[in-house]
Amino acid sequence: MKIGVVALQGAVTEHLTALSELGAEAIPVKEANQLRELDGLVLPGGESTAIRRLMDAAQLREHLQLFSREKPVFGTCAGLILLAKEVIAEEAHIGTMNVVVERNSFGRQIDSFITDVTVQERKIPAVFIRAPHIQSVGNNVEVLATVGDRIVLARDGHLLGCAFHPELTEDRYIFELFLEMVKKSASARLASHENVL
Amino acid sequence: MIQTGVETVKRGMAQMQKGGVIMDVINAEQAKIAEAAGATAVMALERVPSDIRKAGGVARMADPRIVEEVMNAVSIPVMAKARIGHVVEARILESMGVDYIDESEVLTPADEEYHLLKSTYNVPFVCGCRDLGEAARRIGEGAAMLRTKGEPGTGNIVEAVRHLRQVNAQVHQVVNLPKDELMTMAKNIGAPFDVLLQIQEVGHLPVVNFAAGGIATPADAALMMELGADGVFVGSGIFKSSNPEKFAKAIVQATTYYQDYELIANLSKELGTPMKGLDITSMPFEERMQERGW
Repeated sequence: MKIGVVALQGAVTEHLTALSELGAEAIPVKEANQLRELDGLVLPGGESTAIRRLMDAAQLREHLQLFSREKPVFGTCAGLILLAKEVIAEEAHIGTMNVVVERNSFGRQIDSFITDVTVQERKIPAVFIRAPHIQSVGNNVEVLATVGDRIVLARDGHLLGCAFHPELTEDRYIFELFLEMVKKSASARLASHENVL
Repeated sequence: MIQTGVETVKRGMAQMQKGGVIMDVINAEQAKIAEAAGATAVMALERVPSDIRKAGGVARMADPRIVEEVMNAVSIPVMAKARIGHVVEARILESMGVDYIDESEVLTPADEEYHLLKSTYNVPFVCGCRDLGEAARRIGEGAAMLRTKGEPGTGNIVEAVRHLRQVNAQVHQVVNLPKDELMTMAKNIGAPFDVLLQIQEVGHLPVVNFAAGGIATPADAALMMELGADGVFVGSGIFKSSNPEKFAKAIVQATTYYQDYELIANLSKELGTPMKGLDITSMPFEERMQERGW
């Protein structure tokens, strides 16, 4: 499995390390022509406004929209903001995941925190840094984790959006979840390809 | 249970800044220009370092009004500087909710013997360093991010290069040192033993390390990335140039694509005049900000 990590700004190496540990081939992605060879893509955490400017300057937005309609994408924190169909008080960017997201919704850095969240009956540590949350989800979007009444992890088909940073802890459950989605999506694409033939 | 102010959360915030440019600003208007150009954070100041140099006298924490104005103007993180060892300036900035405090040699030190015990604060700190001993001492006190000092306000990259090369060479040395020689190295460079042990175990510094102090052009920023910086601070380099907007954008691009030389060539074309630089060899020792702190 070949997974790209968008490497414009942010916690890129942490994602590359986590993915490699689980046996995936993980590569940093800076240009659109690298997308073709990938089975899945990670939009890492960082500053969403900075990453957005860099994506615009590199004319990556349309390519990422096309990619995310077809193949699995995992957005953490800033990545979730970029992926969301709607962002409160801001323009959406890639906009393919059917969720509404609010930026910095837990407050400033001084309010950043670590806590345990439960994902599919499993308790995992979750690091929230000036984190967004998912205010609401569209039809057929699965809510996978919450903190209080706020949604912090959701899945829209082959798109996974996470408000916290699994790449900052040792627990690899969320990455396993994503790689499972990549595997499923690849075999589904292969099957439909064979049907056409 | 929800825990704030813990190490993972403080260091993690700096990890989210990696590959980015943190820009010095003195008002809301500059902060907005920085944000629009793609800065990952802004440092709210009363004067940029080159003006602090010119003004002379004692440089203190900025007027809280300026910090507040900048915090209200942008959605990216806002950092602010406190004097070395000035517990109250740091607590004031913490109470205002700034996202990161720079315990900075750019300001006149309040304490010539003791730095802040940064582990006792909820807000994370960034500190300057010239070598691994200094870096490890700041980590020992609880700094969640480092920046090599360079020589602030000079627009001269030479000290930034010297300090980054020095830190990285010593990290390399620690990683490759037999374990039974580590304590002697700790003694020789004045570093806490456990910090060196941790570096040896993980193979790199346990916190993010940016470059600072002298970056004036896109090529300067790219050079620091090439030498292994995790990102860059640009102080006077942007708003003391002839075209801040263009400089800011170009430096952001050059930091991300630091090995794309054709692109950096294009970014550097007709950029206007960078800030006026200072020769450090002709600078009196007492004017060198990097000598502040230990």
